[in-house]
Amino acid sequence: MIATRETVSAAPAAQGPQETFVLNLGPQHPAAHGVLRVLMTMEGEWIQRAEPVIGYIHRMHEKMGENRTWAKFLPNTSRIDYLSAMHYTHAFVGAVERAMKIEVPLRAEYARVITSELNRISSHMVWWGALLLDLGGFTPILYAFDDREKILDLLEGLCGARLTYCYYRFGGLYNDVDDEFLRGTRDFVQHLRPRLKMYRDLVTDNVILRKRLTNIGPIDAEMCRRYGATGPVIRGAGVPYDVRRMEPYSVYPRLDFKVPMYPECDSMARYLVRMDEMEQSLRIIEQALDQIPTGPFLAPKVPRVLRLPAGDYSYAVEAARGRFMVRIVSDGKEIPYRVRLRAPSFSNLSLYEEASRGMILPDALAMMGSLDLVIPDIDR
Amino acid sequence: MNPTLDQLIAQFTELIGPEAFAAAAAPAVPPSPPAATAVGTTGASPAAGGGVPVAAAKPAPAPAAPPPPLQATQHALKGYDLDARVAPNQVVDAARLLDRAGFAIDAVTGVDWLAQEEMEIVYDYFHPSQSLRMVVRTRVPRAAPELPSISGVFPGANWHERETHDFFGIRFAGHPNLKPFLLPEDANFHPLRKDYTP
Repeated sequence: MIATRETVSAAPAAQGPQETFVLNLGPQHPAAHGVLRVLMTMEGEWIQRAEPVIGYIHRMHEKMGENRTWAKFLPNTSRIDYLSAMHYTHAFVGAVERAMKIEVPLRAEYARVITSELNRISSHMVWWGALLLDLGGFTPILYAFDDREKILDLLEGLCGARLTYCYYRFGGLYNDVDDEFLRGTRDFVQHLRPRLKMYRDLVTDNVILRKRLTNIGPIDAEMCRRYGATGPVIRGAGVPYDVRRMEPYSVYPRLDFKVPMYPECDSMARYLVRMDEMEQSLRIIEQALDQIPTGPFLAPKVPRVLRLPAGDYSYAVEAARGRFMVRIVSDGKEIPYRVRLRAPSFSNLSLYEEASRGMILPDALAMMGSLDLVIPDIDR
Repeated sequence: MNPTLDQLIAQFTELIGPEAFAAAAAPAVPPSPPAATAVGTTGASPAAGGGVPVAAAKPAPAPAAPPPPLQATQHALKGYDLDARVAPNQVVDAARLLDRAGFAIDAVTGVDWLAQEEMEIVYDYFHPSQSLRMVVRTRVPRAAPELPSISGVFPGANWHERETHDFFGIRFAGHPNLKPFLLPEDANFHPLRKDYTP
């Protein structure tokens, strides 16, 4: 039987009042992907109320932003959502560039797009492998990490880091993209296309996966709006909301790509959005490789010590999990007055209590996997 | 569900009320520039030109004349399109207005203005089907930082308000569960207050 709220609320009532118990999931449960704890009030196998308890790896990045210079805070931003570091540093340098009115050279913007999209694919690879682990399929994560490794090697050659990249600088990049990287990226695009087809044949069209995800965990557009859920969650609810389109930044307006969107609102829709997004990222990378011009990779005359004009500025990017926004407030000094980090996983998890009501536990875990949570991103 | 910038300006002009505009436009020691008063006196009508900044001209930097309570800003410069300053008791009405207009809650946060003895609360909204970003902000006295909660309108604000309470000690009246959230369960400190020392 497919678990819906109607079937669930009807089931226990027929047998008269039942005792409930509290199930403590986490903070080290393997399905919770990190130190997330969920207090679940259960009615047998059914969830009556699931309350996420967060803050176990809270590091107070926003306070750290208030006691160091703008440049010294930059490496922090890649440690918020460590699977999506390029996007997060992009938002922060973007906010500072917006405030200082720094013109970023075109070559740097293209390199940012290429590295950001590579990062999106590597992030989705981790999600894909981990989701299937949650569902009991062990093999796919080995394939996913094999392909992801190639991305990490490419990015390591570029900026020295494999995970917490700090590659972007105010006004450009840490160093230029070399021919080896550009050639390697082109090869990788050719390599991944047939692999994605294999993923589709091997996993996406697998009947067990379909049965575990189809019609499970309905999250509709209205719920996304009221909770501020973004990224593949809202695109899996039939809303083509993508920051790259809605608040265009960098050179995305020059590139041709589709915003994958599925109207089914279930876990399978969110799964398919991410699988399609990887193909679109490949398209974006290919175009950017064709279009990337020669020239400088760093804006000239960016002062070493930045003093932003007083005022507040915000900058949003489409990270792998959705809308990431940095809101900065400057009082004209060398040190930020306030740095606000709006994390997509935080808003995406906040709807969990409402969405999981009346589901059975294994389905609620499948839905949690389809939200693609990164706990340090929630806790910051 | 897809409001234009001009409709929003008109609705917020009505919400904020003429008194607030008059207060902002009241000449401080030097007369404030006419551009800043345009919205307050005549509503949004003269600026109805497809997202042209209404009062982007900021007051002269000399003595701090209060900025106009409603400013259309350029997204390329600020990252949002409309900036509204409301009274603390108007934040729920503002949230309802934006809810009806189809906006989604982006974030709620605070800023501690220690020198002015005020706490600022900033509400960010984005629109899921339109390129429109909106900021609503208000200020409460630092000695009694309390204002109504908007979690009844946008349930997503629940967590953001809890976080803001953690970090700033701002109390959101009517919030269902204002317990420590990201901080330890027994936390009685507010680390983002500017006078906080660990």
